Amino acid sequence: MKNRDLSFWLFLAPVLVAILVVVIYPLLTGLYYSFTNWDGLRISKFVGLDNYIKLFHDKEFGDAFWFTIKFSIAAIIVINIIGLGLALIVTQHIKTSSFLRTVFFMPNLIGGLILGFIWQFIFTKAFASIGESIGIEGLQGWLSTTETGFWGLVILTSWQMAGYVMIIYIAYLQSVPEELIEASQIDGANRFQRFRNITVPMIAPAFTVSLFLTLSNSFKMYDQNLSLTNGGPFNSTQMVAMDIVKTAFTENSMAYAQSKAMIFFVTVAAISLLQVYYNKKKEVEL
Amino acid sequence: MFKNRRLLLLEIIGILLAFVWLVPFYLMVVNAFKTKRDIFADTLGLPEEWTWDNFVQAFVQLGFIKAFGNSLFITAVSTIIIIICSAMAAYALSRNKSKLSTVIFFMFVAAMLIPFQAVMIPLVSQFGQLDMLNRSSLIFMYLGFGASLSIFLYHGALKGIPESLDDAAKIDGCNKFQTFWYIIFPLLKPMSVTVGVLNVIWIWNDYLLPSLVIGGNGTETIPLQLFFFFGQYTKQWHLALAGLSISILPVIIGYFFAQKQIIKGIADGAVK
Repeated sequence: MKNRDLSFWLFLAPVLVAILVVVIYPLLTGLYYSFTNWDGLRISKFVGLDNYIKLFHDKEFGDAFWFTIKFSIAAIIVINIIGLGLALIVTQHIKTSSFLRTVFFMPNLIGGLILGFIWQFIFTKAFASIGESIGIEGLQGWLSTTETGFWGLVILTSWQMAGYVMIIYIAYLQSVPEELIEASQIDGANRFQRFRNITVPMIAPAFTVSLFLTLSNSFKMYDQNLSLTNGGPFNSTQMVAMDIVKTAFTENSMAYAQSKAMIFFVTVAAISLLQVYYNKKKEVEL
Repeated sequence: MFKNRRLLLLEIIGILLAFVWLVPFYLMVVNAFKTKRDIFADTLGLPEEWTWDNFVQAFVQLGFIKAFGNSLFITAVSTIIIIICSAMAAYALSRNKSKLSTVIFFMFVAAMLIPFQAVMIPLVSQFGQLDMLNRSSLIFMYLGFGASLSIFLYHGALKGIPESLDDAAKIDGCNKFQTFWYIIFPLLKPMSVTVGVLNVIWIWNDYLLPSLVIGGNGTETIPLQLFFFFGQYTKQWHLALAGLSISILPVIIGYFFAQKQIIKGIADGAVK
């Protein structure tokens, strides 16, 4: 197909139109709106960088941003350790392997909104009940403090996503050639040395994929945040995505919310690009 | 002997972990069968008396049959459109080696970096001003948001399909569309399963976009209905949990029948 072929453009037309109308045009107009006093319908004034300056001093946005970063770091570490651990267990020659995979993966199929509601029940009711029966004070009042809300979100996300990254690690673990393992056994490498020097370098791309996926998913998380803590107590567990939605559709500050959205976009894009770049470089070195 | 004991230990650890993984589902289901007082008295144990009342009430209050139909319609139509349109676009891009084609492909890939919240506000207001916040627009939006990843995946798969096939089809008198539909598209079937799985899971569970586009117009999907329902019955956990259980059931049934394809689809989608 050539550029001037009608068929080339016909094949492209539906997705090209959709992506331009749904993604590109709103992004560009959004960028423009963020420099104005747009109220969702009309613009009466160009305000330059005012929204961004205001945003810089906005404690609520700053808190949400900081909370999102802390949450993402904790979530990435926990999810990937558990996910890799699960993958290492189920790739051994154990009988229940496929049953275990099915179970560990299951939470991924269910929406974040539903999972958040289920865990809200567990943290507030079941935890209290367990705490009462075995006498642990720390299990009372979960989700009512910032600390428990934070770990509640981390636990929920880990339970949900560990099975997902497990699938990714499994795919790479299974592609490690048997001969390499055997050769290292003959050379006298113990289990840990084999893992450190053969398996880890061989599955390096799995780390790229998993870290990238968990980072962007945790950073952009909304549904679980909404249904588990709804940002409470006192907006202290509110993440950036939720802050943007609230600013726009509860407080109706459209232009201001859009300036937050632009900062959010730049951050997400930058992290993603950086991580891909960094991991690609590392893969080559190994 | 040593090796077997190690495997046995791993097996036991694995099964224990699986139980831990299932505990949330257990708690949800058993408590959905309890009365309000029962939940308060004993959250962890089995119900003293199993009651179906919660399910009946939740089923009616959720308008479950209608919500299920809406979810099914939106998910199925959007996914089919995404599959066909993305495969066509990826085919065109992979068979055109010009600079323009590369630039367009790059634009699709770059669009994957744009989070939904970045475009959400202008998008909803623009469609709102045209009075087009409805189900058809929602499906169109899913095409816009879902196309990038799907095109990327199809593009990778198309590299493995030799262009000599296209030439052979052309000699046999196929036009471009026939070549795609009868020769290429069937060969892309494994990737279509992957693309389908990824999009179905995403669209079926999506909450934010439909809440902004079709909220309150009678075509609400399950997540939307569940959110309203939950708001009404805060602290009435017996009803809320019954509603959650009902909503999850179709997914679990689907998973039971298609778990091989689903897990394979997820693995392929993430790894490529």
